[in-house]
Amino acid sequence: MEAVLAIAIGALAGSGVWLLLRPRTFQVIIGLTLISYAVNLFIFAVGGVRVGADPVLGAATDPSHYADPLPQALVLTAIVISFATTALFLVVLLTSRGFAGNDHVDGEDGTP
Amino acid sequence: MNGALAIAPILIPLAAAAVQVLLGIRFRRFRAGLSFLSCLALVVVAAMLMAAAAAPDGKGTTLVYNLGNWPARFAIVLVVDRLSALMLLLTAVLALAVLPYALGRWQRMGPYFQPLVQLLLVGYNGAFLTGDLFNLFVFFEVLLAASYGLALHGSGARRVGAGLHYIAINLTASMLFLVGVGLIFGVTGTVNMAVLAHLVPGLTGTPRALLHAGAALLGLAFLIKAAAWPVGFWLPRTYSAAIPPVAALFAAMTKLGVYVILRLSLLLFGAAAGPGSVHFGSDWLLGLGILTLVVGSIGMLGARELGKLAAYSVLVSSGTLLGAVALHSPAVTAGALAYLVISVLGIAAFFLLTGLVVPRETPEGAAQLEPYDPAIDALFAAEDERRVTSPAPVVILAASFFACGLLLAGLPPLAGFVAKFALLAPMLDHGPGATVLFALIITAGLCTVIAMARAGIQIFWADADWEFPHVEARETVSVVGLLGLCLVFTFVVAAPWNYLAATANQIHAPAHYIHAVLGQGAETPP
Repeated sequence: MEAVLAIAIGALAGSGVWLLLRPRTFQVIIGLTLISYAVNLFIFAVGGVRVGADPVLGAATDPSHYADPLPQALVLTAIVISFATTALFLVVLLTSRGFAGNDHVDGEDGTP
Repeated sequence: MNGALAIAPILIPLAAAAVQVLLGIRFRRFRAGLSFLSCLALVVVAAMLMAAAAAPDGKGTTLVYNLGNWPARFAIVLVVDRLSALMLLLTAVLALAVLPYALGRWQRMGPYFQPLVQLLLVGYNGAFLTGDLFNLFVFFEVLLAASYGLALHGSGARRVGAGLHYIAINLTASMLFLVGVGLIFGVTGTVNMAVLAHLVPGLTGTPRALLHAGAALLGLAFLIKAAAWPVGFWLPRTYSAAIPPVAALFAAMTKLGVYVILRLSLLLFGAAAGPGSVHFGSDWLLGLGILTLVVGSIGMLGARELGKLAAYSVLVSSGTLLGAVALHSPAVTAGALAYLVISVLGIAAFFLLTGLVVPRETPEGAAQLEPYDPAIDALFAAEDERRVTSPAPVVILAASFFACGLLLAGLPPLAGFVAKFALLAPMLDHGPGATVLFALIITAGLCTVIAMARAGIQIFWADADWEFPHVEARETVSVVGLLGLCLVFTFVVAAPWNYLAATANQIHAPAHYIHAVLGQGAETPP
């Protein structure tokens, strides 16, 4: 379970960084999205990965049977914030496309 | 003093912004009045918090507000100590001073200027007040979301291009921030700063190494906000493309990065942090501070437009502060805080001036004044005709420019000299790195004088046919207000200096902070 998560986080972060360094704005936004997925999974995983553990609900028994709720709360906040900022970035990206007439991150394209 | 007052600096601008958003573009005067009231209330509340934090019982009290009355180690906590109160008051005064300037032509370049400024203040104040790392992230995002809107205020190809880079870099920095918080949470099981500071001395082996990795990632995220070399290249372009009142408000943003680095490095990695953690990363911080200073100085000498010059002066002050923070000495920190206050006020005044002395006809001026929507501008055409213009502002502006030069370079007789002297005097006792920093701060002052003198001569003397741009009375009020405040600190030195010295001593003794937040239970591990 840990290995699968670790590979998933690594693959997402690696592809995200590669895309972030590309010259097209669309690639940059996809890269940022992938990185935020990787980060969200990472936060989720730092609480310890448990299979079949209950959320904090229902009759109180031994607290050690529960999955750690704090990373879940943190990741929920992080998801909302990164979703909102990515949406904002998308608007700026479209505006930049409108002003510059191309989708290069610097607004100047070497190729016609 | 009731601890609940600590949340007022977040709620006041939030409420003002909510009302202003609902009003849209109608009731312009009412919205402006609301902004003014909000900023005024913030100054009053910040002054009250400062008075409470500086209560004369030796160390001063630290106000703690537990949201929802949950115990501090489980829930969100707001903490007001001398440093937070100082930063709150500085931001509130800055916002109040910039407000009259923005009320004229600048705010008309887009519909939501006022609420965005209020949300920016929510972000600032929350970040200064919060006592846990994740909440710090949330308030950073509030601040950044508002700053994205403000950086793009007025639109235009130049601003959108700069804004695109600014947003991409800050989103990446936020991701690094989250990874750092995640690592620290994974090791310690908490994001509360006081609990963390309490736990760090007890960590050993792998957890300590992971904590260092997390702290380094957090540090990198804050260095990006503080525009340290080599992660600060976004700043000159963004700040010079933003309209002057926005750039002036952003002057406190790099200082927010410095504030968090100062706060966390002293809390988590102070003298009691245990083997291997004492002053963790301070060598790197000193080195990066020195390099930032060098880059800023060279940038100032090379800047060919006034906005870029002002932006590089932000880098100079950032580098100076980062280097000073790395020295971990209460005396240097006190000087650094004085320098921080004066440089925020001086740089803000300089940014405001850049909007006034650049004639509208030049390409730079034209870029600043690209309207958001000519139709909206036309709505207020009647008001434009009542603009107050007279030859007197030329004298005022030239004198203000001169004063800005003195403040930024740290030359006598203004407060910039006092602050820089307080920063430099205790620095020489801290090894070769501090000596290099000392020499470079002096050199940066020289570069500032050269760059400012050259810019001043080009603007005010060189061009005989230069036609002075329209200057509204309220725009001069802002600039003169900010500089007048610096002038006050030239003469009223004892009380502010005592406060700053006590602040430095307080943050260098983190046991006080931990005790205030965690109460009597601080002696036993949670």
